[in-house]
Parts: sequence; C-alpha cells; structure tokens
Amino acid sequence: MGKQPAAVIGVGQTHHRAKREDVSMAGLCREAIDRALEDAGMTLDEIDAIVVGKAPDLFEGVMMPELFLAEALGAAGKPLLRVHTAGSVGGSTAIVASSLVQAGVHKKVLTVAYEKQSESNAMWALSVPIPFNMPVHAGAGGYFAPHVRSYIRRSGAPTHIGAIVAAKDRNNALKNPYAHLHNEGTTVESVLASQMLWDPIRYDETCPSSDGACALVIVAEDEASRSSNPAWIHGTVMRSEATSAAERDQVNPQASRDAAAAIWKQAGITSPIDEIDVAEIYVPFSWFEPMWLESLGFAEPNGGGWRLTESGGTAMDGVLPVNCSGGVLSSNPIGASGMLRFGEAALQVRGAAGEHQVDGARKALGHAYGGGSQFFAMWVVGAEKPSN
Amino acid sequence: MRDVAVVGFAQRQMKEFDGSPTCVELLVPLFAECYEQTGWTRRDVGFWCSGSSDYLAGRSFSFVQAVDAIGVIPPVNESHVEMDLAWAMYEAWLKIQTGEVDTALVYAFGKSSAGILRRTLALQLEPYTMTPLWPDTVSLAGLQARAGIDAGLWDERAMAEVANRSLTDAEKNEYAVRKGGSSVEELLSRPMYADPLRKHDCAPVTDGAAALVLAAGDRAREVCERPAWITSLSHYVDPMSMGTRDLTRSPSTANAAAASDLDGVEVAELHAPFSHQELILRSELGLGDDVRVNPSGGALTSNPMFSAGGIRIGEAARQIWSGEASKVLGHATSGPALQQNLVCVMEDRTAQEGR
Repeated sequence: MGKQPAAVIGVGQTHHRAKREDVSMAGLCREAIDRALEDAGMTLDEIDAIVVGKAPDLFEGVMMPELFLAEALGAAGKPLLRVHTAGSVGGSTAIVASSLVQAGVHKKVLTVAYEKQSESNAMWALSVPIPFNMPVHAGAGGYFAPHVRSYIRRSGAPTHIGAIVAAKDRNNALKNPYAHLHNEGTTVESVLASQMLWDPIRYDETCPSSDGACALVIVAEDEASRSSNPAWIHGTVMRSEATSAAERDQVNPQASRDAAAAIWKQAGITSPIDEIDVAEIYVPFSWFEPMWLESLGFAEPNGGGWRLTESGGTAMDGVLPVNCSGGVLSSNPIGASGMLRFGEAALQVRGAAGEHQVDGARKALGHAYGGGSQFFAMWVVGAEKPSN
Repeated sequence: MRDVAVVGFAQRQMKEFDGSPTCVELLVPLFAECYEQTGWTRRDVGFWCSGSSDYLAGRSFSFVQAVDAIGVIPPVNESHVEMDLAWAMYEAWLKIQTGEVDTALVYAFGKSSAGILRRTLALQLEPYTMTPLWPDTVSLAGLQARAGIDAGLWDERAMAEVANRSLTDAEKNEYAVRKGGSSVEELLSRPMYADPLRKHDCAPVTDGAAALVLAAGDRAREVCERPAWITSLSHYVDPMSMGTRDLTRSPSTANAAAASDLDGVEVAELHAPFSHQELILRSELGLGDDVRVNPSGGALTSNPMFSAGGIRIGEAARQIWSGEASKVLGHATSGPALQQNLVCVMEDRTAQEGR
C-alpha cells in the first residue's frame, strides 16, 4: 500500500492579539479547533487522533502542556502526539498529522498549533544562559540582521525593499479579520520612517508577538467528499541542517534549497513561479520575502527575489501573491505561525480566504522555517486531487 | 501496512552524566553503534526523529544542538517530538508507512540529574490549579499506590515482589544504575520514602540516551538476521486530572492493548517507574503469569527520562534478535500516574519466511 491521498477540509484560527487574557491555553486552542471542526462539518467525537504543536515549552512555562490540555482538546481516549521543531513547528505538526492519514493509520485527524506568549516571556525563554555557548542576547531580530545585511550585499538590493514587503503585508492584513495588526495607512514611507531596531531591520519590518492558535482537519480520500472544496495535499517536506558549521550559508541555506527541490518534485512542479498561484511564506522580518523567493526557486539567486518584490509581483494582484493573509509580519503566535501559513494556503485553493482570496487560486505553497534558518517545513496543496 | 522492523538499538544509562544537558557527547557514540549494527552510514538513514524535553535541559530548543550530533551537512529529513523515544519511533514508523522512506534512526536523551527531577515534573501538571501546589512525581505516585492498596487491588508485598524481581534481573544489565535483589522480607523492612512507597518502589533518577533503528521489508532483512517485525503499534492518552480519573486503572493502556494482538506474547518490557504501576499495566494488558516481565530490570532499576520508554522497545527487540523469544511487547508511558501509554508488539518471522 503506497501513500494514501489526504485533504484539508477544515481550517480554523483565533483572533490573534498580544494578550488573549479572555481565554486560557485550552480556550485559545478550542477557539481554533471549534472553527476548524465547524468548517469541516464534523464534531470532536468523530476525530480519530490529535496532533499538537508548539514552540518551546518555556514560552508558556508549562512542561509538555498537551498532557494537561488532553481532555480540553478532545484527545482523552485517543492517540495524542506533540511535535516541536522550533519555528517551523506549525508546519511540521501539519505534516505529521497528514502522515497519519497518508500512512493509512487514521481517516480523520485534527491538528492544532498554538502559542500563548503572554503566559510567559519569550525573550527570557530564549535568553537562558547556556554553558559554553556564546550568548546572543539580541532576540531573533539581532540574530537575523547580519543575514539580511549579507543578502543586501550579495544581491545589490536597494535598501527600501524590506519596506515594500512590510507595507504590502500590513495592508493585506487589513483584509484578514483574524490578523493581530491592523495598522491602517502603512506605506513604504511610513515603514522607512519607523525606528531602526537591528540595522537594516526597522520596527515596522518586524513581526509582532502574539497569542493565537490554528487548527486543521485532515482526512482520507473517502472522507474528503464531506467537503465541497477539499484542499488536497500534493506534497510535504521537512529538512534540517547543522547549527554549528562554518560552511553553512545562512542567507540561502542548503536545507531550504533541498526542501524546495524535494517539494517541487513531489508536487510535479517544474516552474514554481508559473505553476504556484499563491504562496504563504514564513516572513518574520520583511527582508525574508526576497530571500526565500530566491531560495525556493521562484526567482533567480542573488537579486531575482528583490526584483520580483520591487516589481509588485508579490502583491495581491501580482504574478505570485505572497502572504495575502498579512503573514507572520501581521500575526506571530510562534508555534502556530507555520500552521497558519499551511492553513492559509489551504484556504486559498478552497476559495475560502474571504477578502484576501486570490481569484482562481488552484495550487498554493505553505512554508515555515525555524531556529537560525536550520529547520524547514513546506507543503503544496491543490484544488484537484493529485495524480501522483 | 508496510512491514517494518526494529533492527538496531543502542543505549547509555547512568546515575549522573558528566556532560551537557543536550547529551550530544552521548549521542555521537550511540549513532556509531547503530551504524556498526547495520553497516550503514548516516546517508542510509531516510528519516530522523528525536524525543527530549526543554524543561529537563533547562533551556529552549535543547534538541537543536542534539541534531548537530548527526552531522547534518548535507541536510537531513528530520523531526522532533517533546515526548519519549517511543513516540519519536511512532512518528518514524508513520513516515515509513507513507512510503516516503524505507529507513529511520530515532533517538532521545535526557539529563534528569541537572535539576531536581520530581520538582521539574511538577511543571508538567495543570498550570492554573495544580502546579502552584508543586505536587511532586513521587508523592503523586504514592497517592496512586495508596488508592490501589485501599481498594484491595494490591499490597506492599506485591509491590516488593516486583522490586525484588527487577533488582535481581538488573544484575545482568550493565546499564542498570540500581541492582541487586535480596528478599521480599528484607525490602519490606526498609524505611518508607513516600508512604506507601519505599525507595526501591520508585525509579532511580537516571541520565541517559538511546537510539533505535527501523527498516522496512528487505532493508530490514539485509541488516538483521532476525528482525523484530512490528505487528502492532498503538498509543492513547487519558485526561490528566488526578481527581476525576480512577488512579488504579490505566484506560489508555487498555485501549492500546485492545488495538494490539497480544496473543502469545512471551516477554513484556513494561515502562513502570513505580512498582505498583507494573501491577496496573500487567492487569490492563491482560498479561498471564507465563509472560516474562522486564528481564532487563525495567525502569525500577534505570529510568532515563525521554528514552526509558523507547529502551523498553529496544530491550524487547533484543529478545527477538537473540532468538530467546518469538513474540514480545515493549511499552512506554508518559505523564503523571500512567496518563499516556504506548504498546509495541514485535515478532520473529524467520520460521514463516523459511530463513
């Protein structure tokens, strides 16, 4: 028995905010789960297994929180898995959930990823001193700024490219009722006028810190007919590379390039820019849009990415709309951010993305990365059942 | 389902590991052992998955450094669960079932001695009403043991019998950190630790790491004379709430047993960190008196967090490889008082295959 077809028939997410003090962790997850189940026309009782994902436990201050959450998530009496693969975890979790179906083990799987950063302090959680390791003490922005500078130097990018991305994503977020940031009137000029935090990354070019969750219902072929618009999974991939290696190319990591090559092959795609209608790419800092466009093969290395962004090609009406939901730049519940990318990609090919829908989207990429760009998770979903 | 077997196993267990909480220094030699057993290099491994806990390591992303132990240039197909090795193995088994890969190496690690384990594990409880009371693991297990004694399901003597058998069997296990049986009477004369638990009723705090190798079909037959074919692999979770569940039962274990074919199991390696928990597990799994339990000595003699469950599967698989048994069971548990349980049944098929 080979790989079984699997499809997303339910997508749910919370309203993302800096502090969701109106709900507990369980309440936050249930908000997303209940929306996903309603979308799928299913009840929790029908679900065979549950896969939970989130970033480090220190972000909430609970060790293996899925254990105390088990009952609230409807997992009691069922199989429960907990995935943790750094920032890519939301994507990896969706992939593990889909593998339960693709392996033929289960027919109806619920997956949920969340982060409730307001329960603890993510900066503290990332700054615990580690013996024999050089402290960064700069947050994620300080870690990634040198990679961005290196990209600008290599590619000769004009310095306002990041601001184009930020203005685009923040305006896209105005069309997404769930987005954390609804900053009206954001323009390239206003982004460029915002405070420089980690040169060349300005305040308006960084993701917010959010509480939020995302849930998906993934089902086998014979259950997909419950939905009038299933998003079929055409390919999934995870790749990891070393953290400590002098030869790493952190601007365009080999794990990213390898993952892209594998996902396009699996999905039968030879020209991503022509065949992918819309992409949700993990862009926590604006400049990562052009960087990942190149790494993923949507544009030529060392300059194709920023040219595509600058041309308006990644806008809602562009050749490859990127992050129509507003992306990570507008909502960042860390553990859920990857699943939001995967879920938004599914919404697009289901024609269910609402105001930020791209007309006629048939094939979409969901992308997540984590750590210091060592960990990658991606999937391609389509409106048609895959032939492979 | 594809035929998948356990074909490699390596472990390190010790009272105190004199190294980093990410245990990278332990993992490198473990991988080397797995390569030696299979004749593979790391490029023969189709999928990697690890299990560990950030709270045990006292830092975020503790698995990130551990990934470096693989030597991941070029990059690898890799994942991680914040769970025991047994569930990392489950994810790898799934990956093989999808047909994407034919082989996997899974590993896990934990340095329990880096903190006060029973206190660290209190952070695993419900954070709003339970953790603020800091109920520690041993005390919670004590409540469970007491509930069974009060219900007349077992007594201190039955618990001591489990401990004595485990300590006696552990004498043959070079990795056991506590060993040496005596007699039930002698054990019962020892002082109480957390009434009704004596120290030997509780797993010792243990550091360690372990790795398992999985392979499908002919890839398994190529590298292993008697592969331990996985015939059932199933896991369930129960609600955590200590006040509303019957602590003398483990419904998740019963569910996993019901989903498995346990007929004819000769050896069972049960992950029971407390003596009375073995009694609960045996009952929920319906194991007869003729089933040999924990020939390795089990978790009462060595219990490295996040690998001890997977080690049960490895120890059970070894019984197949050596020809000592033809059908075995490996069990893993997680969470307070047997909240989450996994059952893996493995069989020898050399006779059917005429090999």
